Amino acid sequence: MKDVSFGQYYNTTSFVHKMDARVKILLSIAYIVAVFLVKEFHFYGFLAAFLFIVLTTIFSKVPFFSVLRSVKGILFFVIFSAVLQIFFNTAGEVVFSWKFITITDKGLLKAGFIVCRIMMIVMGTALLTLTTTPVELADGIESLLSPLKLIKFPVHEFALIMSIALRFIPTLMEETDRIIKAQKARGADFESGNLIKRAKAMIPILIPLLVSSFRRADELADAMDARCYSGSKGRTKYKKQRITYRDIIGFLVLAGLIVGIVFLNGV
Amino acid sequence: MFYIPFTCEKFFWVLKYNKSIKRGSLLKIIEVKNLTYAYAKGKEVLKNLNIEIEKGEFVAIIGHNGSGKSTFAKLLNALFVPKEGEVLVGGLNTKDKNSVHEIRKKVGVVFQNPDNQLVASIVEDDVAFGPENIGAKREEIEERINFALDAVNMQEFRKRTPTKLSGGQKQRVAIAGVLAIKPEVLVLDESTAMLDPRGRREVIEIVKDLNKKGMTVILITHYMEEVVNADRVIVLSEGEKILEGTPKQIFAKKEELTRVGLSLPPATILADKLREKGVNIGEVLTPQELKEELCKLFVKI
Repeated sequence: MKDVSFGQYYNTTSFVHKMDARVKILLSIAYIVAVFLVKEFHFYGFLAAFLFIVLTTIFSKVPFFSVLRSVKGILFFVIFSAVLQIFFNTAGEVVFSWKFITITDKGLLKAGFIVCRIMMIVMGTALLTLTTTPVELADGIESLLSPLKLIKFPVHEFALIMSIALRFIPTLMEETDRIIKAQKARGADFESGNLIKRAKAMIPILIPLLVSSFRRADELADAMDARCYSGSKGRTKYKKQRITYRDIIGFLVLAGLIVGIVFLNGV
Repeated sequence: MFYIPFTCEKFFWVLKYNKSIKRGSLLKIIEVKNLTYAYAKGKEVLKNLNIEIEKGEFVAIIGHNGSGKSTFAKLLNALFVPKEGEVLVGGLNTKDKNSVHEIRKKVGVVFQNPDNQLVASIVEDDVAFGPENIGAKREEIEERINFALDAVNMQEFRKRTPTKLSGGQKQRVAIAGVLAIKPEVLVLDESTAMLDPRGRREVIEIVKDLNKKGMTVILITHYMEEVVNADRVIVLSEGEKILEGTPKQIFAKKEELTRVGLSLPPATILADKLREKGVNIGEVLTPQELKEELCKLFVKI
């Protein structure tokens, strides 16, 4: 296993990086809503949404390629939905017909439309994770979920679990790597055989990993207790996120986008 | 003309006298009385232990595996509660549930595996964890982080992620995380066991330095060369205290140490072997002392 840095955070300082994580999360959700607001076959609405991505990318100093690459993970899904639309949408005029396959102009348009929509959403959320560290994200989510405390939802514990999980990903990766090497040294074979055989070969990796995770959890709990941890009661926070002018600008730009899309929809 | 120096002298004498009184009784930070501890089902891990530790002291606790030394560390900060007897920290009993928080503020424990002690993905956030738990204000947390990172000489790694650091550096961050609570006693529970020699040296240097600045240190270890720096050494075996004294006194009892599965510091072993070969060499504990003794010989020749 190579050096796997978790998430896809792009380390730099920029306008977007400095924005409050909570605002960024909310804006990402608002952006998804905006993309869904675009009426079918409204080219200008998509152009506006796309321009927003381009603009944010420029202000975040993240290379555009990195943003685009985020689509790679769901490429299959994109192609699948596009193919579904092309072959099974029978509305509109037929442009191509061969035996049982009929392709209509509406189907093609709709496929293009869906591809655009998914890509915009993915790129929008990728910008969030590219410009926000996992810790900031966890803190942001904690802060945003804090109203749930009223219904006794353990928001603080939830956020702590998330940030500890993030903290331990690289450690457990290293551990997995070590176990794989140790088992290989004892003659374990992970590469040959059919799928079932290979899945079975994972057991000698998973069991030691599980056992050691429990031991780690136990030790971590002791270490946390030793450092006076006693739940959220009476606890303060070192890093408080603050709303700055950047967040207001971001908010205004996105509000502008939504108004624009709604306006274009009406035209 | 004459009585002024006289009173001065008397005054200083009183000061000295007072200090000796305090060292004798008032400044005991940890008192372990008739302590017995056993896990849920099983034999007693610690038996009838009596240990007193004074403020500012550097105490090393040694023992082979299963001697109960790690259990002892967890009894000091109320992670475990004695089955019989009691542990008092600055007068507070670890059995009293209401003083557990206060006790943990006074006694900071650093454990063996640095990876399993760090909670956050960034050094400064991890050091902030303790101060956050005791409800410190933002400015105060900042001040405590600076104090702790300076103490372990890790200020420049403040924004880094711990997983990318070396073992010694990680353990220094873990020590900083404990120091940020500003404890009165620092307990190191085999904190050097998983480190390479260099990391071990880094950690021991920092611990020595902290002790010089007045921190009470309890070092639990099985590396004999770390013990030589202590004011007092306590040897545990099968849950019992079998020896206690200065490093010199302890390492003079070679037979008893070997009987409980412990060895001598490398420098002492070398000196002993030289003596066997007829080299006239004094008692040594550290490589430094060994060097000096050998130089003396050289001068004699």
